[in-house]
Amino acid sequence: MSAVPAILGRRSTGERVRGGAFYALLVFSISVGFLLLGTLLVDVFRKGVPFLDWVLLNNPPSASPEKAGARPAILGTIYMMGLLLLMAVPVGVGTALYLEEYADRERWYNRVLEINIQNLAAVPSIVYGILGLAFLVRGLGLGRVLLAGAMILTLLVLPIVIVSSREAIRAVPDSIRQGAYALGATQWQVISRQVLPAAIPGIATGSILALARAIGETAPLLLVGALTYVAIDPTILGQFTALPIQIFQWIARPQDDFKLLAAAGIIVLLAILLVMNAGAIWLRNRYQRRW
Amino acid sequence: MATREAALGPRPEIRLRAESRRWSEDVVKGVLALCALVSVATTLGIVIALLEPSIEFFSEISAVDFFSGTTWAPLFVPSSFGVLPLLAGTLNVTAVACLVAMPLGLAAAIFLSEYAKPRVRQVLKPSLEVLAGIPTVVFGFFALTFFTPLLQDVGIDVNVFNALSAGIVMGVMLIPTVASISEDAMASVPRELRDGAYALGGSRLQVSTRIVVPAAISGIVASFVLAISRAIGETMIVLIAAGGIAQLTADSREPMQTMTAFIAATGIGDVPTGSIEYKTIFAVGLTLFVITLVMNVFAIRLVRKYREIYE
Repeated sequence: MSAVPAILGRRSTGERVRGGAFYALLVFSISVGFLLLGTLLVDVFRKGVPFLDWVLLNNPPSASPEKAGARPAILGTIYMMGLLLLMAVPVGVGTALYLEEYADRERWYNRVLEINIQNLAAVPSIVYGILGLAFLVRGLGLGRVLLAGAMILTLLVLPIVIVSSREAIRAVPDSIRQGAYALGATQWQVISRQVLPAAIPGIATGSILALARAIGETAPLLLVGALTYVAIDPTILGQFTALPIQIFQWIARPQDDFKLLAAAGIIVLLAILLVMNAGAIWLRNRYQRRW
Repeated sequence: MATREAALGPRPEIRLRAESRRWSEDVVKGVLALCALVSVATTLGIVIALLEPSIEFFSEISAVDFFSGTTWAPLFVPSSFGVLPLLAGTLNVTAVACLVAMPLGLAAAIFLSEYAKPRVRQVLKPSLEVLAGIPTVVFGFFALTFFTPLLQDVGIDVNVFNALSAGIVMGVMLIPTVASISEDAMASVPRELRDGAYALGGSRLQVSTRIVVPAAISGIVASFVLAISRAIGETMIVLIAAGGIAQLTADSREPMQTMTAFIAATGIGDVPTGSIEYKTIFAVGLTLFVITLVMNVFAIRLVRKYREIYE
């Protein structure tokens, strides 16, 4: 893609200046994002590190910033991750298998299904919160419990799991399927013993990234009622809070010390996300095969 | 042939079909189809959840008052249900965010697609995506506790809660959205178009701006539309940094409430089911959903268009 050197002579000065200025503009533009990211991290660490201690990890929330911790919130987030893994991944992979291996693209209902998933991916997260409020919390009478929060986050990240799983399944070459069919395997035998194992690294990577997205979500959880004072360890069918919610709660406090505590909470949240993302990248590099 | 028949008897009939119907295969397919139905049920659920209370809401408050009223005070006595201040707040923050995200995102896409060496792109593109992976509550914290004071320090007279700071930070968050989709579109512009332009003596600037950008325009527009839709639907940054006062003003330095922030702020409180306050959540939510849905459908069609042309 390199420019062909001008055989007939040098470019005019004006043209070269414009080219240089444009290049500088592009470099500046792409730097802005990194600049803000760097500033954000430095700012959060500067504020949060003094509060980053065992008290934060192990104490329940408290009215005094010195004693306040995020233990119920951290546990809530961990439970939520477990439930998401149990709900979002099977349903997402199942949908992806249906769309890639079974669905006839020409049928109108399968097209509707695909368009529907594309649209769902772009629905604002707060709208999922409304869905949870109307159906799970009030409609089903589940109440403001951890399970309701996990179900809403499942629906929220389902499109992400589906899309990444579909890509992983599509990347398995047809020759593998045909080889298995030629040996007399049924369709499900082909899928469960050949396609799925080959696609698992890609599916796992995508699922971890989707989980990471889910546990950083705040808005939908606000609506299903995670914003309560919870001092005890959460249970699946009990009141709950989660790390981003706890951070929001601390930010909303007028005292400055709670803002610093919020920064410490953010460090914990970012650390969890970093571990998950690093894990996803490691999985991809370690196990992904190129056919 | 005759000798063979004599030796082996009549040729056995070979059947390629399975002896019996494989029910377990059908069961598996059914289960997978059920999984796929979950996402359809989600959409239906969203529509029903929004529509039903909204219809009740609009039977109590006229739609004309709702969409043309300039005072939003659902929790006051006497209450007033004009959604315009919330729409204005959303529009204001979205406009600021787009002014940041669109030019910077497009420039970043041009850099990645036309200027960066493949190795540089391989590192820069995922690094930029890190921005999109930071939880929005963190951006809200940053806007409130760092960016707003920064604006005040450089002499911009902003309120502690303001739309400007929230919008700028949101704009930076949206850069990867614009850059990533635009870059995809530019990458699918055929190499021949560039080579032709270079052969005619075009500079890299000319090829980028006059060949690649116009050829990828539907994807670029799609990325813009998607960014707008994201900005409209973003909740936490505005809830934290833009304040909670629904006022009709064009001044971005003032506190504002967006539709999303209103929904969140009202949903946090334990509003009694069936009350008019409860129903406002759904009426505003429906408005938000319809606006973003229209934009998303538009963006998806645009993306499909450039894929059809070049891939």
